[in-house]
Amino acid sequence: MSRDATVPAATAGRRTTHPGGLRVLLKLTWIELKLFLREPMTIVFTFAFPVVLMFVLGEVFGNQPGGANDRVFNGMGAMNYYAPAYIAVVTMSVGVIMLPARLTDYRSGGVLRRFRASLVPIWAVLGSQVLAALVLGVIGAVLVAAFAAVFYPVHFPDSLGLLAAGFVLCSAAFAAIGTLLGAVMPSPRAAQGAGLMLFFVMLFLSGASVPMEVMSDTMRRIGDFLPLTYGVDLLQGAWSGGSWDWTAAIVLAGITVVAGFLSLRVYRWG
Amino acid sequence: MPPVITVEHLRKVYGHHVVAVDDVSLEVEQGEIFGLLGSNGAGKTTTVECVQGLRTPTAGTVRVLGKDPRTQAGDLRGRMGCQLQESRLPDHMRVWEALDLFASLAPGAVDWRMLVEQWGIAEKRNASYASLSGGQRQRLFIALALVSAPEVVFLDEMTTGLDPAARRVAWDLIEQVRDRGTTVVLVTHFMDEAERLCDRVAVVDKGRIIAADTPRGLVVRYDPLEQVVFSCDLPEVEWLRGVPGARSVTRRGPRIVVEGTGPLLAHVAAALVDRGLTPDDLRVIEPSLEDVFLTLTGHLVED
Repeated sequence: MSRDATVPAATAGRRTTHPGGLRVLLKLTWIELKLFLREPMTIVFTFAFPVVLMFVLGEVFGNQPGGANDRVFNGMGAMNYYAPAYIAVVTMSVGVIMLPARLTDYRSGGVLRRFRASLVPIWAVLGSQVLAALVLGVIGAVLVAAFAAVFYPVHFPDSLGLLAAGFVLCSAAFAAIGTLLGAVMPSPRAAQGAGLMLFFVMLFLSGASVPMEVMSDTMRRIGDFLPLTYGVDLLQGAWSGGSWDWTAAIVLAGITVVAGFLSLRVYRWG
Repeated sequence: MPPVITVEHLRKVYGHHVVAVDDVSLEVEQGEIFGLLGSNGAGKTTTVECVQGLRTPTAGTVRVLGKDPRTQAGDLRGRMGCQLQESRLPDHMRVWEALDLFASLAPGAVDWRMLVEQWGIAEKRNASYASLSGGQRQRLFIALALVSAPEVVFLDEMTTGLDPAARRVAWDLIEQVRDRGTTVVLVTHFMDEAERLCDRVAVVDKGRIIAADTPRGLVVRYDPLEQVVFSCDLPEVEWLRGVPGARSVTRRGPRIVVEGTGPLLAHVAAALVDRGLTPDDLRVIEPSLEDVFLTLTGHLVED
Protein backbone atom coordinates (compact mmCIF):
# COMPACT_ATOMS: atom_id res chain seq x y z
CA MET A 1 0.00 0.00 0.00
CA SER A 2 1.26 3.46 -0.70
CA ARG A 3 0.72 6.09 1.88
CA ASP A 4 1.19 9.12 -0.27
CA ALA A 5 -0.70 8.28 -3.43
CA THR A 6 -2.66 11.22 -4.68
CA VAL A 7 -6.29 10.88 -5.58
CA PRO A 8 -8.58 13.39 -7.20
CA ALA A 9 -11.30 14.96 -5.15
CA ALA A 10 -14.37 12.84 -4.68
CA THR A 11 -16.32 15.00 -7.03
CA ALA A 12 -13.70 15.37 -9.76
CA GLY A 13 -14.42 13.79 -13.11
CA ARG A 14 -18.03 12.88 -12.38
CA ARG A 15 -19.66 11.49 -15.46
CA THR A 16 -22.59 13.53 -16.53
CA THR A 17 -24.96 10.72 -17.44
CA HIS A 18 -26.30 8.34 -14.86
CA PRO A 19 -25.75 4.75 -15.93
CA GLY A 20 -29.09 3.11 -16.45
CA GLY A 21 -30.12 -0.17 -14.90
CA LEU A 22 -29.77 -1.72 -18.32
CA ARG A 23 -26.06 -1.02 -18.44
CA VAL A 24 -25.60 -2.63 -15.04
CA LEU A 25 -27.65 -5.62 -16.20
CA LEU A 26 -25.49 -6.08 -19.30
CA LYS A 27 -22.27 -5.69 -17.35
CA LEU A 28 -23.44 -8.23 -14.76
CA THR A 29 -24.55 -10.60 -17.50
CA TRP A 30 -21.13 -10.44 -19.12
CA ILE A 31 -19.44 -11.13 -15.77
CA GLU A 32 -21.86 -13.96 -14.97
CA LEU A 33 -21.16 -15.49 -18.36
CA LYS A 34 -17.45 -15.48 -17.63
CA LEU A 35 -18.03 -16.88 -14.13
CA PHE A 36 -20.10 -19.75 -15.53
CA LEU A 37 -17.40 -20.52 -18.07
CA ARG A 38 -14.80 -20.71 -15.28
CA GLU A 39 -16.92 -23.34 -13.55
CA PRO A 40 -15.94 -26.91 -14.48
CA MET A 41 -19.52 -28.11 -13.88
CA THR A 42 -20.74 -25.84 -16.66
CA ILE A 43 -18.22 -27.03 -19.17
CA VAL A 44 -18.89 -30.67 -18.33
CA PHE A 45 -22.67 -30.75 -18.13
CA THR A 46 -23.67 -28.09 -20.61
CA PHE A 47 -21.06 -28.50 -23.30
CA ALA A 48 -19.16 -31.78 -23.03
CA PHE A 49 -21.68 -34.27 -21.66
CA PRO A 50 -24.44 -33.78 -24.27
CA VAL A 51 -21.94 -33.99 -27.13
CA VAL A 52 -20.32 -37.12 -25.68
CA LEU A 53 -23.72 -38.80 -25.30
CA MET A 54 -24.63 -37.76 -28.85
CA PHE A 55 -21.41 -39.40 -30.02
CA VAL A 56 -22.24 -42.67 -28.23
CA LEU A 57 -25.81 -42.69 -29.54
CA GLY A 58 -24.68 -41.79 -33.04
CA GLU A 59 -22.07 -44.57 -33.11
CA VAL A 60 -24.61 -47.13 -31.85
CA PHE A 61 -27.65 -46.17 -33.89
CA GLY A 62 -26.35 -44.11 -36.81
CA ASN A 63 -28.83 -42.02 -38.74
CA GLN A 64 -30.33 -44.54 -41.16
CA PRO A 65 -34.05 -45.02 -40.75
CA GLY A 66 -35.57 -48.50 -41.04
CA GLY A 67 -33.81 -51.80 -40.33
CA ALA A 68 -33.29 -52.57 -36.68
CA ASN A 69 -34.30 -49.01 -35.82
CA ASP A 70 -37.64 -49.32 -37.56
CA ARG A 71 -39.64 -49.86 -34.40
CA VAL A 72 -38.18 -46.86 -32.57
CA PHE A 73 -37.31 -43.18 -33.13
CA ASN A 74 -40.75 -42.49 -34.64
CA GLY A 75 -39.51 -44.23 -37.75
CA MET A 76 -36.86 -41.63 -38.46
CA GLY A 77 -33.07 -41.69 -38.32
CA ALA A 78 -31.83 -41.93 -34.76
CA MET A 79 -29.82 -38.76 -34.90
CA ASN A 80 -32.71 -36.79 -36.36
CA TYR A 81 -34.54 -37.96 -33.25
CA TYR A 82 -31.72 -37.19 -30.82
CA ALA A 83 -30.50 -33.80 -32.07
CA PRO A 84 -33.56 -31.82 -30.91
CA ALA A 85 -33.88 -34.01 -27.80
CA TYR A 86 -30.35 -33.10 -26.73
CA ILE A 87 -30.96 -29.44 -27.31
CA ALA A 88 -33.71 -29.83 -24.70
CA VAL A 89 -31.19 -31.65 -22.46
CA VAL A 90 -28.84 -28.68 -22.71
CA THR A 91 -31.56 -26.30 -21.48
CA MET A 92 -32.28 -28.71 -18.63
CA SER A 93 -28.62 -28.89 -17.63
CA VAL A 94 -28.36 -25.10 -17.53
CA GLY A 95 -31.54 -24.86 -15.48
CA VAL A 96 -31.27 -27.64 -12.92
CA ILE A 97 -27.50 -27.92 -12.49
CA MET A 98 -26.01 -24.48 -13.04
CA LEU A 99 -28.62 -22.06 -11.75
CA PRO A 100 -29.42 -23.67 -8.35
CA ALA A 101 -25.75 -24.07 -7.49
CA ARG A 102 -25.12 -20.43 -8.34
CA LEU A 103 -28.15 -19.02 -6.55
CA THR A 104 -27.58 -20.95 -3.31
CA ASP A 105 -23.93 -19.99 -3.38
CA TYR A 106 -24.79 -16.31 -3.71
CA ARG A 107 -27.35 -16.46 -0.94
CA SER A 108 -25.49 -18.48 1.66
CA GLY A 109 -22.07 -16.97 1.12
CA GLY A 110 -22.88 -13.29 1.48
CA VAL A 111 -22.47 -12.41 -2.19
CA LEU A 112 -26.03 -11.14 -2.38
CA ARG A 113 -25.45 -9.10 0.77
CA ARG A 114 -22.40 -7.58 -0.87
CA PHE A 115 -24.44 -6.69 -3.97
CA ARG A 116 -27.35 -5.41 -1.93
CA ALA A 117 -25.16 -3.17 0.20
CA SER A 118 -23.93 -1.50 -2.98
CA LEU A 119 -27.53 -1.16 -4.12
CA VAL A 120 -27.08 -3.36 -7.16
CA PRO A 121 -30.73 -3.82 -8.21
CA ILE A 122 -31.81 -7.34 -7.28
CA TRP A 123 -33.68 -7.77 -10.56
CA ALA A 124 -30.40 -7.13 -12.33
CA VAL A 125 -28.71 -9.86 -10.29
CA LEU A 126 -31.42 -12.42 -11.12
CA GLY A 127 -31.87 -11.18 -14.67
CA SER A 128 -28.18 -11.45 -15.41
CA GLN A 129 -28.16 -15.07 -14.24
CA VAL A 130 -31.05 -15.97 -16.49
CA LEU A 131 -29.61 -14.08 -19.48
CA ALA A 132 -26.19 -15.67 -18.99
CA ALA A 133 -27.86 -19.08 -18.68
CA LEU A 134 -29.77 -18.45 -21.91
CA VAL A 135 -26.58 -17.52 -23.78
CA LEU A 136 -24.82 -20.65 -22.48
CA GLY A 137 -27.85 -22.70 -23.51
CA VAL A 138 -27.58 -21.29 -27.03
CA ILE A 139 -23.88 -22.17 -27.19
CA GLY A 140 -24.58 -25.69 -25.90
CA ALA A 141 -27.46 -26.16 -28.35
CA VAL A 142 -25.37 -24.98 -31.30
CA LEU A 143 -22.59 -27.39 -30.27
CA VAL A 144 -25.03 -30.31 -30.18
CA ALA A 145 -26.65 -29.39 -33.50
CA ALA A 146 -23.33 -28.75 -35.22
CA PHE A 147 -21.91 -32.04 -33.97
CA ALA A 148 -24.93 -33.94 -35.25
CA ALA A 149 -24.89 -32.09 -38.56
CA VAL A 150 -21.22 -32.70 -39.22
CA PHE A 151 -20.83 -36.33 -38.17
CA TYR A 152 -24.26 -37.92 -38.69
CA PRO A 153 -25.75 -35.72 -41.34
CA VAL A 154 -29.09 -34.84 -39.76
CA HIS A 155 -31.64 -32.97 -41.81
CA PHE A 156 -32.00 -29.21 -41.39
CA PRO A 157 -34.72 -28.26 -38.85
CA ASP A 158 -38.07 -28.12 -40.66
CA SER A 159 -39.00 -24.95 -38.82
CA LEU A 160 -36.16 -22.88 -37.43
CA GLY A 161 -38.64 -20.36 -36.01
CA LEU A 162 -40.62 -22.94 -34.05
CA LEU A 163 -37.37 -24.56 -32.90
CA ALA A 164 -36.16 -21.20 -31.58
CA ALA A 165 -39.50 -20.53 -29.88
CA GLY A 166 -39.46 -24.01 -28.34
CA PHE A 167 -35.88 -23.49 -27.19
CA VAL A 168 -36.78 -20.25 -25.43
CA LEU A 169 -39.80 -21.90 -23.78
CA CYS A 170 -37.70 -24.88 -22.62
CA SER A 171 -35.01 -22.54 -21.29
CA ALA A 172 -37.60 -20.49 -19.42
CA ALA A 173 -39.24 -23.55 -17.85
CA PHE A 174 -35.94 -25.02 -16.67
CA ALA A 175 -34.64 -21.64 -15.52
CA ALA A 176 -37.79 -21.30 -13.38
CA ILE A 177 -37.32 -24.80 -11.95
CA GLY A 178 -33.66 -24.01 -11.29
CA THR A 179 -34.52 -20.74 -9.57
CA LEU A 180 -37.04 -22.54 -7.38
CA LEU A 181 -34.43 -25.17 -6.47
CA GLY A 182 -32.01 -22.36 -5.69
CA ALA A 183 -34.62 -20.80 -3.45
CA VAL A 184 -35.47 -23.88 -1.39
CA MET A 185 -32.12 -25.67 -1.20
CA PRO A 186 -30.16 -24.75 1.91
CA SER A 187 -26.66 -24.97 0.46
CA PRO A 188 -24.79 -25.16 -2.84
CA ARG A 189 -23.96 -28.82 -2.19
CA ALA A 190 -27.57 -29.73 -1.54
CA ALA A 191 -28.59 -27.85 -4.67
CA GLN A 192 -25.97 -29.64 -6.73
CA GLY A 193 -27.07 -33.04 -5.44
CA ALA A 194 -30.73 -32.37 -6.13
CA GLY A 195 -29.91 -30.90 -9.54
CA LEU A 196 -27.80 -33.88 -10.59
CA MET A 197 -30.49 -36.33 -9.52
CA LEU A 198 -33.16 -34.49 -11.50
CA PHE A 199 -30.80 -34.28 -14.45
CA PHE A 200 -30.20 -38.02 -14.67
CA VAL A 201 -33.77 -39.07 -13.90
CA MET A 202 -35.03 -36.81 -16.67
CA LEU A 203 -32.21 -37.76 -19.04
CA PHE A 204 -33.23 -41.42 -18.94
CA LEU A 205 -37.00 -41.28 -18.47
CA SER A 206 -38.10 -38.48 -20.79
CA GLY A 207 -37.39 -40.08 -24.14
CA ALA A 208 -34.22 -38.06 -24.56
CA SER A 209 -31.99 -41.12 -24.30
CA VAL A 210 -34.15 -44.22 -24.18
CA PRO A 211 -36.74 -43.94 -26.97
CA MET A 212 -40.33 -43.92 -25.76
CA GLU A 213 -41.09 -47.04 -27.79
CA VAL A 214 -38.81 -49.29 -25.77
CA MET A 215 -39.76 -47.93 -22.35
CA SER A 216 -41.94 -49.94 -19.99
CA ASP A 217 -45.35 -48.58 -19.03
CA THR A 218 -44.02 -47.61 -15.61
CA MET A 219 -41.15 -45.67 -17.16
CA ARG A 220 -43.53 -43.92 -19.48
CA ARG A 221 -45.90 -43.04 -16.66
CA ILE A 222 -43.04 -41.46 -14.72
CA GLY A 223 -41.95 -39.71 -17.88
CA ASP A 224 -45.36 -38.06 -18.14
CA PHE A 225 -44.52 -36.14 -14.97
CA LEU A 226 -41.10 -34.95 -16.14
CA PRO A 227 -40.75 -31.51 -17.72
CA LEU A 228 -38.03 -32.73 -20.07
CA THR A 229 -40.52 -35.10 -21.75
CA TYR A 230 -42.47 -32.07 -22.92
CA GLY A 231 -39.32 -30.20 -23.90
CA VAL A 232 -38.22 -33.15 -26.04
CA ASP A 233 -41.67 -33.44 -27.64
CA LEU A 234 -41.80 -29.74 -28.42
CA LEU A 235 -38.35 -29.52 -30.00
CA GLN A 236 -38.69 -32.81 -31.91
CA GLY A 237 -41.96 -31.59 -33.42
CA ALA A 238 -40.32 -28.36 -34.56
CA TRP A 239 -37.23 -30.12 -35.94
CA SER A 240 -38.96 -32.90 -37.82
CA GLY A 241 -42.25 -31.89 -39.39
CA GLY A 242 -42.22 -28.26 -38.33
CA SER A 243 -45.18 -28.78 -36.00
CA TRP A 244 -45.95 -27.10 -32.71
CA ASP A 245 -46.97 -29.43 -29.89
CA TRP A 246 -49.49 -27.31 -28.03
CA THR A 247 -49.84 -29.70 -25.10
CA ALA A 248 -46.09 -29.62 -24.51
CA ALA A 249 -45.97 -25.84 -24.95
CA ILE A 250 -48.77 -25.24 -22.46
CA VAL A 251 -47.21 -27.59 -19.88
CA LEU A 252 -43.84 -25.82 -20.17
CA ALA A 253 -45.43 -22.38 -19.98
CA GLY A 254 -47.36 -23.48 -16.90
CA ILE A 255 -44.17 -24.74 -15.24
CA THR A 256 -42.48 -21.42 -16.01
CA VAL A 257 -45.26 -19.38 -14.44
CA VAL A 258 -45.79 -21.54 -11.34
CA ALA A 259 -42.14 -22.26 -10.55
CA GLY A 260 -41.16 -18.69 -11.37
CA PHE A 261 -43.84 -17.28 -9.08
CA LEU A 262 -43.02 -19.67 -6.24
CA SER A 263 -39.31 -19.00 -6.41
CA LEU A 264 -39.78 -15.24 -6.23
CA ARG A 265 -42.02 -15.77 -3.20
CA VAL A 266 -39.66 -18.15 -1.42
CA TYR A 267 -36.24 -16.67 -2.22
CA ARG A 268 -34.67 -14.86 0.70
CA TRP A 269 -32.36 -12.11 -0.45
CA GLY A 270 -29.35 -12.94 1.72
CA MET B 1 -25.40 22.14 6.39
CA PRO B 2 -27.82 19.35 7.31
CA PRO B 3 -26.31 16.21 8.84
CA VAL B 4 -25.32 13.44 6.42
CA ILE B 5 -26.88 10.80 8.63
CA THR B 6 -29.72 11.23 11.08
CA VAL B 7 -30.89 8.37 13.27
CA GLU B 8 -33.77 8.91 15.67
CA HIS B 9 -34.88 6.45 18.32
CA LEU B 10 -33.67 3.46 16.34
CA ARG B 11 -34.70 0.14 17.79
CA LYS B 12 -34.07 -3.33 16.40
CA VAL B 13 -35.45 -6.46 18.00
CA TYR B 14 -34.58 -9.90 16.62
CA GLY B 15 -37.27 -12.49 17.04
CA HIS B 16 -39.44 -11.48 19.94
CA HIS B 17 -37.13 -10.34 22.66
CA VAL B 18 -33.52 -10.10 21.55
CA VAL B 19 -33.01 -6.36 21.67
CA ALA B 20 -29.95 -5.65 19.51
CA VAL B 21 -30.39 -1.90 19.28
CA ASP B 22 -32.32 -0.01 21.91
CA ASP B 23 -33.28 3.61 21.25
CA VAL B 24 -30.21 4.86 19.40
CA SER B 25 -30.16 8.44 18.15
CA LEU B 26 -27.21 10.04 16.42
CA GLU B 27 -26.19 12.58 13.82
CA VAL B 28 -23.18 12.37 11.57
CA GLU B 29 -21.92 15.63 10.09
CA GLN B 30 -20.54 16.11 6.63
CA GLY B 31 -16.81 15.46 6.34
CA GLU B 32 -16.18 13.84 9.70
CA ILE B 33 -15.00 10.39 10.70
CA PHE B 34 -17.65 9.18 13.08
CA GLY B 35 -16.82 6.10 15.13
CA LEU B 36 -19.11 3.54 16.67
CA LEU B 37 -17.00 1.94 19.37
CA GLY B 38 -18.05 -1.06 21.36
CA SER B 39 -17.34 -4.68 22.16
CA ASN B 40 -18.57 -7.51 19.97
CA GLY B 41 -22.32 -7.90 20.21
CA ALA B 42 -22.86 -4.37 21.50
CA GLY B 43 -25.14 -3.55 18.57
CA LYS B 44 -22.76 -1.52 16.38
CA THR B 45 -23.12 -3.62 13.26
CA THR B 46 -26.89 -3.91 13.59
CA THR B 47 -27.04 -0.12 13.90
CA VAL B 48 -25.05 0.52 10.71
CA GLU B 49 -26.90 -2.21 8.86
CA CYS B 50 -30.13 -0.40 9.63
CA VAL B 51 -28.54 2.82 8.41
CA GLN B 52 -27.34 1.10 5.22
CA GLY B 53 -30.82 -0.24 4.57
CA LEU B 54 -29.73 -3.87 4.94
CA ARG B 55 -32.06 -4.39 7.90
CA THR B 56 -35.50 -3.06 8.66
CA PRO B 57 -35.62 -1.19 11.97
CA THR B 58 -38.25 -2.33 14.45
CA ALA B 59 -38.86 1.32 15.24
CA GLY B 60 -37.30 4.72 14.65
CA THR B 61 -36.26 6.70 11.61
CA VAL B 62 -33.08 6.67 9.57
CA ARG B 63 -32.06 9.23 6.95
CA VAL B 64 -28.93 9.11 4.84
CA LEU B 65 -28.30 12.22 2.73
CA GLY B 66 -31.92 13.06 3.43
CA LYS B 67 -33.19 9.76 2.00
CA ASP B 68 -34.76 6.72 3.60
CA PRO B 69 -32.28 3.92 2.79
CA ARG B 70 -35.06 1.32 2.67
CA THR B 71 -37.55 3.00 0.41
CA GLN B 72 -35.33 5.39 -1.55
CA ALA B 73 -32.34 3.12 -2.10
CA GLY B 74 -32.19 4.02 -5.78
CA ASP B 75 -31.43 7.64 -4.90
CA LEU B 76 -28.47 6.54 -2.80
CA ARG B 77 -26.86 4.22 -5.35
CA GLY B 78 -23.24 5.24 -5.74
CA ARG B 79 -23.53 7.94 -3.06
CA MET B 80 -23.05 5.41 -0.28
CA GLY B 81 -20.14 2.97 -0.03
CA CYS B 82 -20.11 -0.01 2.30
CA GLN B 83 -17.48 -2.40 3.53
CA LEU B 84 -19.34 -5.16 5.34
CA GLN B 85 -18.10 -7.41 8.08
CA GLU B 86 -19.55 -10.54 6.54
CA SER B 87 -19.71 -10.73 2.80
CA ARG B 88 -18.08 -12.40 -0.14
CA LEU B 89 -17.64 -12.22 -3.86
CA PRO B 90 -18.09 -15.11 -6.26
CA ASP B 91 -14.99 -17.33 -6.06
CA HIS B 92 -14.11 -17.01 -9.73
CA MET B 93 -14.63 -13.25 -9.95
CA ARG B 94 -11.42 -11.37 -10.69
CA VAL B 95 -10.38 -8.37 -8.62
CA TRP B 96 -10.63 -5.96 -11.56
CA GLU B 97 -14.02 -7.31 -12.60
CA ALA B 98 -15.46 -6.60 -9.16
CA LEU B 99 -14.05 -3.07 -9.14
CA ASP B 100 -15.21 -2.42 -12.67
CA LEU B 101 -18.71 -3.67 -11.83
CA PHE B 102 -19.06 -1.60 -8.68
CA ALA B 103 -17.64 1.45 -10.45
CA SER B 104 -20.29 1.10 -13.14
CA LEU B 105 -23.10 1.48 -10.59
CA ALA B 106 -22.82 5.21 -10.29
CA PRO B 107 -21.65 8.22 -12.23
CA GLY B 108 -18.35 9.75 -11.23
CA ALA B 109 -16.59 6.61 -10.07
CA VAL B 110 -12.91 7.02 -9.34
CA ASP B 111 -10.38 5.19 -11.49
CA TRP B 112 -10.10 1.76 -9.85
CA ARG B 113 -6.55 1.37 -11.14
CA MET B 114 -5.54 4.09 -8.73
CA LEU B 115 -7.42 2.46 -5.88
CA VAL B 116 -5.70 -0.89 -6.31
CA GLU B 117 -2.34 0.90 -6.28
CA GLN B 118 -3.22 2.75 -3.09
CA TRP B 119 -4.57 -0.28 -1.30
CA GLY B 120 -1.69 -2.50 -2.37
CA ILE B 121 -3.58 -5.02 -4.45
CA ALA B 122 -2.47 -3.82 -7.89
CA GLU B 123 -0.50 -6.99 -8.56
CA LYS B 124 -3.63 -9.00 -7.70
CA ARG B 125 -5.90 -7.28 -10.20
CA ASN B 126 -6.22 -10.39 -12.35
CA ALA B 127 -6.44 -12.78 -9.42
CA SER B 128 -9.70 -14.51 -8.57
CA TYR B 129 -11.41 -13.62 -5.30
CA ALA B 130 -10.92 -17.16 -3.96
CA SER B 131 -7.14 -16.88 -4.32
CA LEU B 132 -6.80 -13.72 -2.20
CA SER B 133 -5.55 -13.77 1.38
CA GLY B 134 -7.70 -12.44 4.21
CA GLY B 135 -5.91 -9.10 4.24
CA GLN B 136 -6.12 -8.74 0.47
CA ARG B 137 -9.86 -9.46 0.54
CA GLN B 138 -10.27 -6.87 3.26
CA ARG B 139 -8.41 -4.26 1.21
CA LEU B 140 -10.40 -5.17 -1.90
CA PHE B 141 -13.63 -4.60 0.04
CA ILE B 142 -12.45 -1.20 1.22
CA ALA B 143 -11.54 -0.33 -2.36
CA LEU B 144 -15.00 -1.50 -3.49
CA ALA B 145 -16.58 0.75 -0.87
CA LEU B 146 -14.64 3.72 -2.23
CA VAL B 147 -14.73 3.07 -5.96
CA SER B 148 -18.02 4.85 -6.62
CA ALA B 149 -16.60 8.02 -5.00
CA PRO B 150 -19.35 7.92 -2.38
CA GLU B 151 -20.41 10.89 -0.26
CA VAL B 152 -20.60 8.66 2.79
CA VAL B 153 -18.70 5.46 3.38
CA PHE B 154 -19.32 2.79 6.02
CA LEU B 155 -16.36 0.75 7.22
CA ASP B 156 -17.20 -2.12 9.54
CA GLU B 157 -14.10 -3.45 11.32
CA MET B 158 -11.99 -2.43 8.35
CA THR B 159 -8.58 -3.32 9.78
CA THR B 160 -9.51 -6.85 10.84
CA GLY B 161 -7.04 -9.18 9.18
CA LEU B 162 -4.55 -6.45 8.29
CA ASP B 163 -1.01 -6.62 9.61
CA PRO B 164 0.19 -3.72 11.80
CA ALA B 165 1.94 -1.88 8.95
CA ALA B 166 -1.04 -2.22 6.64
CA ARG B 167 -3.32 -0.95 9.42
CA ARG B 168 -1.36 2.26 9.71
CA VAL B 169 -1.41 2.80 5.96
CA ALA B 170 -5.16 2.13 5.97
CA TRP B 171 -5.63 4.78 8.64
CA ASP B 172 -3.68 7.34 6.59
CA LEU B 173 -5.68 6.53 3.49
CA ILE B 174 -9.00 6.85 5.31
CA GLU B 175 -7.89 10.23 6.64
CA GLN B 176 -7.20 11.29 3.06
CA VAL B 177 -10.67 10.13 2.09
CA ARG B 178 -12.13 12.28 4.87
CA ASP B 179 -9.96 15.23 3.88
CA ARG B 180 -11.46 15.15 0.40
CA GLY B 181 -14.87 15.72 1.91
CA THR B 182 -16.24 12.19 2.23
CA THR B 183 -18.07 11.39 5.45
CA VAL B 184 -16.82 8.21 7.10
CA VAL B 185 -18.68 5.98 9.55
CA LEU B 186 -16.21 3.68 11.23
CA VAL B 187 -17.37 0.68 13.24
CA THR B 188 -14.62 -0.70 15.39
CA HIS B 189 -13.75 -2.45 18.61
CA PHE B 190 -10.14 -1.28 18.42
CA MET B 191 -9.57 1.56 20.87
CA ASP B 192 -6.35 2.69 19.18
CA GLU B 193 -8.11 2.88 15.84
CA ALA B 194 -10.96 4.99 17.21
CA GLU B 195 -8.58 7.26 19.09
CA ARG B 196 -6.31 7.72 16.10
CA LEU B 197 -8.93 8.22 13.40
CA CYS B 198 -12.24 9.42 14.72
CA ASP B 199 -13.33 13.03 14.90
CA ARG B 200 -16.20 11.91 17.08
CA VAL B 201 -16.87 8.63 18.83
CA ALA B 202 -20.10 7.11 20.09
CA VAL B 203 -19.55 4.42 22.71
CA VAL B 204 -22.08 1.62 22.18
CA ASP B 205 -22.93 -0.83 24.92
CA LYS B 206 -25.82 -3.28 25.14
CA GLY B 207 -27.63 -1.69 22.22
CA ARG B 208 -27.39 1.87 23.50
CA ILE B 209 -25.11 4.84 22.92
CA ILE B 210 -23.79 5.59 26.37
CA ALA B 211 -21.53 8.49 25.44
CA ALA B 212 -20.58 10.48 22.35
CA ASP B 213 -17.90 13.12 21.92
CA THR B 214 -14.44 13.67 20.46
CA PRO B 215 -11.96 11.09 21.78
CA ARG B 216 -10.25 13.84 23.79
CA GLY B 217 -13.60 15.18 24.98
CA LEU B 218 -14.58 11.76 26.28
CA VAL B 219 -11.33 11.48 28.21
CA VAL B 220 -11.75 14.92 29.72
CA ARG B 221 -15.43 14.45 30.50
CA TYR B 222 -15.18 11.05 32.09
CA ASP B 223 -11.90 11.93 33.73
CA PRO B 224 -10.30 8.56 34.24
CA LEU B 225 -7.23 8.51 36.43
CA GLU B 226 -3.76 8.96 35.09
CA GLN B 227 -0.98 6.64 36.13
CA VAL B 228 2.59 7.35 37.13
CA VAL B 229 4.86 4.33 36.75
CA PHE B 230 8.45 3.69 37.79
CA SER B 231 10.75 0.86 38.86
CA CYS B 232 11.78 0.66 42.47
CA ASP B 233 13.00 -2.13 44.74
CA LEU B 234 11.83 -0.64 48.02
CA PRO B 235 9.65 -3.19 49.82
CA GLU B 236 7.35 -0.57 51.27
CA VAL B 237 5.85 2.25 49.19
CA GLU B 238 2.57 2.97 50.98
CA TRP B 239 3.92 6.43 51.89
CA LEU B 240 3.28 7.44 48.27
CA ARG B 241 -0.41 7.55 49.12
CA GLY B 242 0.37 10.81 50.86
CA VAL B 243 1.30 12.44 47.55
CA PRO B 244 -1.28 15.09 46.55
CA GLY B 245 -3.78 13.67 44.06
CA ALA B 246 -2.78 10.02 44.56
CA ARG B 247 -5.65 7.58 44.95
CA SER B 248 -3.89 4.24 45.01
CA VAL B 249 -0.45 2.72 44.95
CA THR B 250 0.12 -0.78 43.63
CA ARG B 251 3.14 -2.91 42.90
CA ARG B 252 3.24 -4.76 39.59
CA GLY B 253 6.34 -6.89 39.55
CA PRO B 254 9.34 -4.59 39.60
CA ARG B 255 7.17 -1.51 38.94
CA ILE B 256 5.16 0.74 41.16
CA VAL B 257 1.98 2.28 39.78
CA VAL B 258 0.54 5.39 41.38
CA GLU B 259 -2.95 6.19 40.18
CA GLY B 260 -4.60 9.53 40.70
CA THR B 261 -5.45 12.89 39.27
CA GLY B 262 -2.97 15.41 37.91
CA PRO B 263 -0.54 17.00 38.09
CA LEU B 264 0.47 13.67 39.53
CA LEU B 265 3.84 13.25 37.85
CA ALA B 266 5.38 16.36 39.41
CA HIS B 267 4.16 15.48 42.89
CA VAL B 268 5.37 11.89 42.69
CA ALA B 269 8.73 13.01 41.29
CA ALA B 270 9.13 15.51 44.12
CA ALA B 271 8.25 12.88 46.74
CA LEU B 272 10.74 10.43 45.25
CA VAL B 273 13.53 12.97 45.15
CA ASP B 274 12.80 13.82 48.78
CA ARG B 275 13.55 10.22 49.64
CA GLY B 276 16.70 10.25 47.58
CA LEU B 277 15.18 8.13 44.83
CA THR B 278 15.72 8.95 41.16
CA PRO B 279 14.26 6.09 39.09
CA ASP B 280 15.33 6.50 35.46
CA ASP B 281 12.06 5.18 34.01
CA LEU B 282 9.62 7.50 35.74
CA ARG B 283 6.79 8.26 33.34
CA VAL B 284 3.14 9.13 33.16
CA ILE B 285 0.52 7.14 31.27
CA GLU B 286 -2.19 9.47 30.03
CA PRO B 287 -5.74 8.21 30.31
CA SER B 288 -6.74 6.77 26.96
CA LEU B 289 -10.01 6.03 25.25
CA GLU B 290 -9.63 2.50 26.53
CA ASP B 291 -9.70 3.76 30.12
CA VAL B 292 -12.78 5.82 29.35
CA PHE B 293 -14.39 2.80 27.78
CA LEU B 294 -13.67 0.68 30.82
CA THR B 295 -15.05 3.36 33.11
CA LEU B 296 -18.18 3.66 31.00
CA THR B 297 -18.96 0.05 30.30
CA GLY B 298 -17.34 -1.65 33.24
CA HIS B 299 -15.97 -4.48 31.13
CA LEU B 300 -13.03 -5.23 28.92
CA VAL B 301 -13.37 -5.32 25.16
CA GLU B 302 -12.74 -8.83 24.02
CA ASP B 303 -10.88 -9.26 20.79
